[in-house]
Amino acid sequence: MTSERRLRIKTLFMVLAMVVCANAGDLLLKRGMSQIGAVQFTGSGIAHAFELTVTNGTIWTGIFFLTGFMLSYMTVLSWADYSYVMPAGAFGYALLTLLAVLFLHETVSARRWVGVVLICVGVLLVGQTKPRTTPAPSEGIA
Amino acid sequence: MTRVILALAVLILGSTGGEIAITRGMKSIGEPARLRPRALLQFLGRAVRNGWLWAGVPLMALSFYSLLVLLSWEPISFVIPASALSYVVGTLGAKYLLGEQVSPARWAGVILVCAGVALVAVG
Repeated sequence: MTSERRLRIKTLFMVLAMVVCANAGDLLLKRGMSQIGAVQFTGSGIAHAFELTVTNGTIWTGIFFLTGFMLSYMTVLSWADYSYVMPAGAFGYALLTLLAVLFLHETVSARRWVGVVLICVGVLLVGQTKPRTTPAPSEGIA
Repeated sequence: MTRVILALAVLILGSTGGEIAITRGMKSIGEPARLRPRALLQFLGRAVRNGWLWAGVPLMALSFYSLLVLLSWEPISFVIPASALSYVVGTLGAKYLLGEQVSPARWAGVILVCAGVALVAVG
């Protein structure tokens, strides 16, 4: 396998890990916070919400996924361009819309579908550029 | 109006500035030798000892705080599409601060993504 091809495959793998972790983390946090209910903005209200938050398993699972997102983001940035990974990560918005339609049977406006198409075309355009355009500090690791 | 623009600037420049600092840090420590647990732990150890990472984290925290403040002033259907501008700002930063080569195809993709995220967020 050529190093260019290897670079593309491992970048794709890490971007997918980022998108899955970020979406799963957000959804779990949202679910966890709705289990807790609306937070009252008083001293005791915030203290009570804090106690419920740190004892909620769903929220901890969400934090676990968001940590996974941050680690995979940091890892992929150690070899790929920021201007490659950052727009590619937006694929998550498109994925979230598809999942909402397929599993939650949400209705999606025409405007949102146009947005999904623009994101997909944009990600494909960025995806076919070279993942790395800056020189590596030391060669021979990959 | 001025305070909204100011908070939006902090939101966008904080998140892109933070991510650019983190990118610089991660590029300077280099990629992990292998994608195996042991090599990844060593890699993480090098990352947390890198100054650029710790410059990036407070910038991202500032950006997050600014997002919360903005959401208390303006509807989410304004805040998230407006923050999609960070795709363009981030690409400019990647070009001028990180020296990445942004080809016309990559620019076109970034602008489509920026418009697409804005449309999806408006709903």
